[in-house]
This record gives sequence, C-alpha cells and structure tokens, in this order.
Amino acid sequence: MATEPPAYTLAELMVTAAAREISDGEVVFVGMRLPLLGFLLAKSTHAPQAVGIYELGIMRNTVAPEPILTMGDLPNFHRALWLSDMADMMGLLQKGEVDASFIGGAQVDRYGNLNTTYVSHDQATETRMPGSGGACDLASLAKRHIIIMKHEKRRFVPRVDYITSPGYGEGPGWRQRVGLPRGGPAAVITTLGVLRFDIDSREMMLTALHPGITLATVLKNTGWPLRIDSQLTVTPVPTQAELRKLREFDPQGFWTAD
Amino acid sequence: MSDSKLMSLPEAIAEFVPHSSTVVMGTCLESMIPFAASHEMIRQKRKGLTLVGPISDICFDQLIGAGCVTKIRAAWVGNVITGSGYNFRRAVEAGTVDVEDHSNFTLSTALRAGASGIPFLPMRTALGSDLFKSNPGLKTITCPFSGDTLAAVAAITPDVSIIHVQRADQFGNAHLWGNLGVTREACLASDKIILTAETIVDTELITRDPNRVFTPGFRVNAVVHVPWGGHPSPVPGFYNRDHQAFLDYRDDSKTSELFSQWCINWVDDLAGHQAYLERLGEHRLTQLQLKHHILSEPVDYGY
Repeated sequence: MATEPPAYTLAELMVTAAAREISDGEVVFVGMRLPLLGFLLAKSTHAPQAVGIYELGIMRNTVAPEPILTMGDLPNFHRALWLSDMADMMGLLQKGEVDASFIGGAQVDRYGNLNTTYVSHDQATETRMPGSGGACDLASLAKRHIIIMKHEKRRFVPRVDYITSPGYGEGPGWRQRVGLPRGGPAAVITTLGVLRFDIDSREMMLTALHPGITLATVLKNTGWPLRIDSQLTVTPVPTQAELRKLREFDPQGFWTAD
Repeated sequence: MSDSKLMSLPEAIAEFVPHSSTVVMGTCLESMIPFAASHEMIRQKRKGLTLVGPISDICFDQLIGAGCVTKIRAAWVGNVITGSGYNFRRAVEAGTVDVEDHSNFTLSTALRAGASGIPFLPMRTALGSDLFKSNPGLKTITCPFSGDTLAAVAAITPDVSIIHVQRADQFGNAHLWGNLGVTREACLASDKIILTAETIVDTELITRDPNRVFTPGFRVNAVVHVPWGGHPSPVPGFYNRDHQAFLDYRDDSKTSELFSQWCINWVDDLAGHQAYLERLGEHRLTQLQLKHHILSEPVDYGY
C-alpha cells in the first residue's frame, strides 16, 4: 500500500515530542543541540510563561530574535532575563528550583542511566566520548529530566559502561541511597518512540511508538527485554503551527533535516 | 601609578605560560574563547600542559592535537555543534592524555574552592555517577550538620587563567559582558591572569563602570591587544560565532594527518594573529560583524 511521505522529519517529530514535555510556567534547564529547539518551540506554542536556563550563565523568558545553533550565539543574549555566572544557574538547579532539564545521551540502560564518557567494545578497546558537560548536573539535580537520543541496540544496553548522568541507578530507592536530592528521568524520546519509567520498578517502559514504527523494530533495537505499557499509544505528529515555528528557528535544517 | 602590563601575545605566552603549566581557558563556555592565545601556545610548541575548563569547544582539541597537553581537567571536550573532538578521542584512546572527568558544576565549584582558599566544597551533584571513578578530586562525605551524603569536590588552583575580554586598560582593569560562565572563580583561583582584549581603553572608562569588572586589575599579569582574539567563538558587542569554522574543523580534524595540515594552515604557517586575520579575509570578518547594535542605558554611580 502506498503511503504519503510524512510532511515532517524525524528530528522535527522528536523536538515536538520534547517540547510537549514542558508545561507552561515551568523553569527549564536547556541542554545543547535539539533541546535548544525544544525549548523555543514550547515557549512559542503552549508554554509562553516557561523560563529557560542555559548553563553558560544565561536565563531567558523570550525566544531569541534570530535562529541560534548554540546557546552562546549572540541572539540568545538579546534581552535575556539575566546574564551571570554558571554557578548561579547551577545553584538554582541544586536548590531544587528547576522543574525539568533536557539532555542527550550516547548510551542508556534500563534504569535510565546515561553514558557520554566511555564505551567499551571488548576487553581491550574503548571509545572516548566528550564527557558530561552539564548533563550529570542536570540529571542529578532537576526535579525531572528528559533524555533525547538515537534508538539503536548498541546504545540501549542492559547496563551502561559508565554512568555519566545518573538515572534510577540500580532501581527503586537508589537515588535516595546515593544521596541525590530528588529527580530522575521522566521520559526518553528516541528516534523510534517515547519511553517512560515504571513507578514501582523504575524500569524503562515503551509508552508510545512514532508513526510508522512497529513494536518489533523497537524490541529489535533495545538490548534487554523491554517492558511495554498496556496503554501503548502513537506519538502525536507535529501540527502545522509547530512545524512553521520549528522552521523559523532552524531555517537551514541544521538540526532538523533528515 | 603602576607599570603598564601591555605586551605582545608571543611575549605574554612566553613569560606566563611555561611548559607544564596548568592553564584555564574557555571560561565563558561557547563564547569568548581565547583562540588567539591558544594558537600562540601551539606556535611556541608548549609541552606538558594541563588544561582546565568546562567545555572548551574546539580549543582544547586543537592543543591536544598539537601535542601540547598531557592532562585535561574538564567536563566536556568536543565540538559543540558537531559533537566529537577527534584529537581528544585519539589521545585518550592512545593513553597520551590523562583525563580528570568533571561535570560543569563540579568544575565551577572546584574553581570556587580554589578562589576561596579552601581545600574543597560540598555539593549534591554527581552522586552515584562514575565521575567518582575517573576524578580523584571527588569523594563522598557526610554532612556534619544533617548527616546527608554529599559530594566533596577538591579545589583547583591553576597557574594561569587566559581570559578574552571586550576591553581592558594597560594595567589589567577590564570589562567583560555577556554570560560569565566560570570566569570570576577561575581568575580568583589562578596565580596569574593573562587578558586578551578586543580594545585597549583608558583606565577611567573601566573604573567609571565597576559593576562590569569581573576581577580586580591588580591580580592581572599581562594585557594583550588582540582584536578578533576570540574568533571563531562569539564576542558580545563585537562579532558573531563563525559556525563555518567549527564545521570545517570537524572535517579537518577527522584524522591526525588532516589535523596536521589544519595546524600548518591555520597556526604554524602564520607568523601571528595578524596573519591569521589576513588568511580569514576581510569578507569573512565583515560577515561576522554585528548587524544590530543594542546599547544599554548608562547608570549613575554618583554620590
């Protein structure tokens, strides 16, 4: 059966799903890359009162006047709410005043622990990745965090080789035991679907499939027997209004082209 | 009146960044990265450096590729808009560079401890993470008041901070605006400070607006006039980020052979920063200039 090609890219679907995780009025710690767009989209659609915090020392409550590729691009300074030290931004996070944070990952496990530091291939070889940046802090200290990443078997592993950014560790009660004050991953938005965490076991659970993606594909690309939500849904596609905004923010498709 | 601290970039690097120094750079993260100074360090073939900084963008990757570095104390080393830092990756995998893995917040707090003359500071971040396995400056402690488990992060006290600023006078009094990142704690934690400045101005222009001063001038050791000294990173009030340079660098650093050629083209073949600007060309620099000027209101410091 012939199907219409989707009128949006996979990255646009992911950014839209990420944006919908932000509620109006929330204080959001915005990570680099796709989260930059997710925050702008939320701000300009359903969450106009959201406040964005950027680790380099920027806080804003308006959309930057021109497209940005990094949080350090000068339009992101224009009429900021506050330009200050990183320690002030991170201090608010540590105090518990940040509702949600967004981070990317290279490798994730069933408890939502993220690795962006080292991947082991066998006993002898390792691949070095860039490291935490602010991700460890965002995962440790926000009231909840949202992960955005590619869904591949080598990335979705039973146990990460290195915990860069803590999720639920080894399961229920772990965060409290190690001394983390709050939080934990709320959602993992992948190239195949959306996953959330079972409230009792703290295990990752598939809650939505992206349009056109089969359950078999998700299972084949996950390195452990994945739990499936009994209410499994399909990720809502971006609306025309959302797509229009996204293409304003990323006119060259730098982040959102296929 | 104190003596002028103005000097050339080669003089400042030769005098204040000897081999085996511990150097902080990239304190504003994506913006204000002192690339002219880091290129001069490559040109002078510094060896055995320890680099300290939160994310550094491609600055640390270049110094690693040029063989200047033996240790990294940072949260992230890569290319912000493209991902991997290939020289960093190659060097760590080959075992030629040691890494002390931080998060941005542990790095900022380590510098704050250094700035305050104390051995460590307590935090609530990173607990349960493996940063504790690859950073000997992180331990867990028990809060003496509440009994809570906390992270203790050891102070970092670098030899020298290299800070790019919009304007400075000849004595080291300077203004920095935009985001500040870890700049204030980095300067206070360091023994010495080198400023590279877009413009050199009269002392009065600085002292008339002391809230914009980020560190006291008497602790600064060298002031270097380097217009475009942050290129390709953005400098508020002066120029935008040169995204193309970061995209090109991804391709030009994929193998060590390619990087060697990049290093010849953009550093070693050039006599200095002026030659670098000539290689970039007038047209490219014009493209990066601000298209909108948005001035703040002056404030009254009267009495």
